[in-house]
Amino acid sequence: MRDASYQEIRDSVRALCTGFDSSYWQRLDRESAYPEEFVRALTEGGWLAALIPQEYGGAGLGLAEASVVLEEINRCGGNSGACHGQMYNMGTLLRHGSEAQKRRYLPKVASGELRLQSMAVTEPTTGTNTTKLKTTAVRKGDRYLVNGQKVWVSRLQHTDLMILLARTTPLAEVKRKSEGLSIFLVDVRGALNRGLTARPIRNMVNHETNEVFFEDLEVPAANLIGEEGKGFKYILDGLNAERTLIAAECIGDGYWFVDKATRYARDRVVFDRPIGQNQGVQFPIAESYVEVEAANLMRWKACRLFDAHEPCGEEANMAKYLAAKASWEAANVCLQTHGGFGFAAEFDVERKFRETRLYQVAPISTNLILSYVAEHVLGLPRSF
Amino acid sequence: MKILTTVKRVEDYESKIKVRPDQTWIVTEGVNYRANPFDEIAVEEALRLRDANMPSEVVVVSVGPAAAATEIRSGLAMGADRGILVKHDAFVDSDGVARLLQKVIEQEKPDLVLMGKQAVDVDDNVAGQLVAEYLGWGQATFASKKESLESPEEKAKKPGLKLSADKKSVQAAREVDGGLEVLEVQLPAIVTVDLRLNVPRYASLPNIMKAKKKPIQELTPQGLSVDVTPKVKVLKVEPPPARTAGIKVPDVATLVQKLHAEAKVI
Repeated sequence: MRDASYQEIRDSVRALCTGFDSSYWQRLDRESAYPEEFVRALTEGGWLAALIPQEYGGAGLGLAEASVVLEEINRCGGNSGACHGQMYNMGTLLRHGSEAQKRRYLPKVASGELRLQSMAVTEPTTGTNTTKLKTTAVRKGDRYLVNGQKVWVSRLQHTDLMILLARTTPLAEVKRKSEGLSIFLVDVRGALNRGLTARPIRNMVNHETNEVFFEDLEVPAANLIGEEGKGFKYILDGLNAERTLIAAECIGDGYWFVDKATRYARDRVVFDRPIGQNQGVQFPIAESYVEVEAANLMRWKACRLFDAHEPCGEEANMAKYLAAKASWEAANVCLQTHGGFGFAAEFDVERKFRETRLYQVAPISTNLILSYVAEHVLGLPRSF
Repeated sequence: MKILTTVKRVEDYESKIKVRPDQTWIVTEGVNYRANPFDEIAVEEALRLRDANMPSEVVVVSVGPAAAATEIRSGLAMGADRGILVKHDAFVDSDGVARLLQKVIEQEKPDLVLMGKQAVDVDDNVAGQLVAEYLGWGQATFASKKESLESPEEKAKKPGLKLSADKKSVQAAREVDGGLEVLEVQLPAIVTVDLRLNVPRYASLPNIMKAKKKPIQELTPQGLSVDVTPKVKVLKVEPPPARTAGIKVPDVATLVQKLHAEAKVI
């Protein structure tokens, strides 16, 4: 039985997605364009404000409901990657921002007047070794001067605000390397080409992402989130939400691939019978379904823990690992089932195949999840 | 101004419908349900009229099992103010529905009743007309609009029904052969709506949240003193004949000959 929890959210998001069919996504992919109309419709429907508390103009829902929104977008053949940043970037502001910051930004983010879609953490020379990052923010009076470089900053041309992690105390002067990093809320609109330069990176999918350079970018001290020096801790908090939401997107992809493959296998007749009558064709599809369903259980476990404010690093990471693996395997099976037609853009399979492949790599690579589980769950020695 | 709209719980038109082996009805297990699409257009029109003529209220009424509260809730999530469910588990024919609605309308005293022109499950297309007859009210059926669904008027969510300045009557354009006929009916009136009146909105997340708190009043046929024993009896339900494979003809002459002699279409 297919997962029918939160049915009214599913129905509503599905209804909205019918206005953006496969020809819409194919056109965007061909033109490497941003799904502006789709993101606007989602925002106007209040869907991207699911996690914002009602007092700030959002729906005040939990991660479970938010994850259903993204799952359904992908399950309908779309790509949540164009807007999921808003869902998880919000958490940083929500959990660690001051009351003044929340009052200033959240109602506008909820209404769609402002977008908070980007996060600048990763650097080209440090990768996941986040505590070694080299971008600095030095306080000068009532502002900070930011210098350095970031990479894989997504949706920067389609956001007003960006979360930035920079070192405020040099590594040599802190007791623990995880100290001395701080988070800033950067107003991108005023900063582009005034200390902030962005260079788009062409890539395998229609996912808009950039290299970003900071040269004496001025950020008001009032935009420091939480306490100076505690940014690393804050960032880690937000990542569990991100992992779980991405897991849900993969679940959505997984169902899409299984449905698409099943339909094709049932309808495609070769040698006078549907190809799906062959076990060599039907077993891999059945196996994909099993894997997606199993991964979905871990996704719900992570959602439940997160919404109960219990530790969920282990479950969020494992959910993302399992779901990304299941969706990728389902993608491969779906492509194989379609044979040559799987490579034709009009079937959407090759596009979704490329899109879901990203989640083995981003926002955290599969190996680093295994390393997290080995070290932090099983207590094995740190491998790096 | 008070506007009452009706919403019927119907089988989702995307579901695969199977006939029960005893041919008494369709198999209902595993079938998804939704609000009748024509009724959604009625709700949308009611909301547009309400918002253009505040203060107004939109009430959504359904006749059906307890589960039909879901379809009322979807009308509330679109923006309607409150709901009424006339709860009855067994089959109610269109006449029974019309008699129940008559009682509800007499209690609620709306200025305007908007209904889908028919429900997509049994396609009767009589309930609206019967309600008007039982109430002795005027009616306009198959309301459509002059502007297309791609027009700026539709994009601006303007009502297709034109309420007079004194709010004593409403104009409805209805689709007839070869064009549109415009009727003006005095209020209170029953208007049934056609497909091209508007494009219903999607429920937004904040409205779905609000809808959970909106009241749904429950009534029963007994409470309304209406006997809903069906006057219409379904004798037999049959699936349409399965499509058979086509044939290939060698040339145009044979095609024409077959269309004439066998298919008898030319």
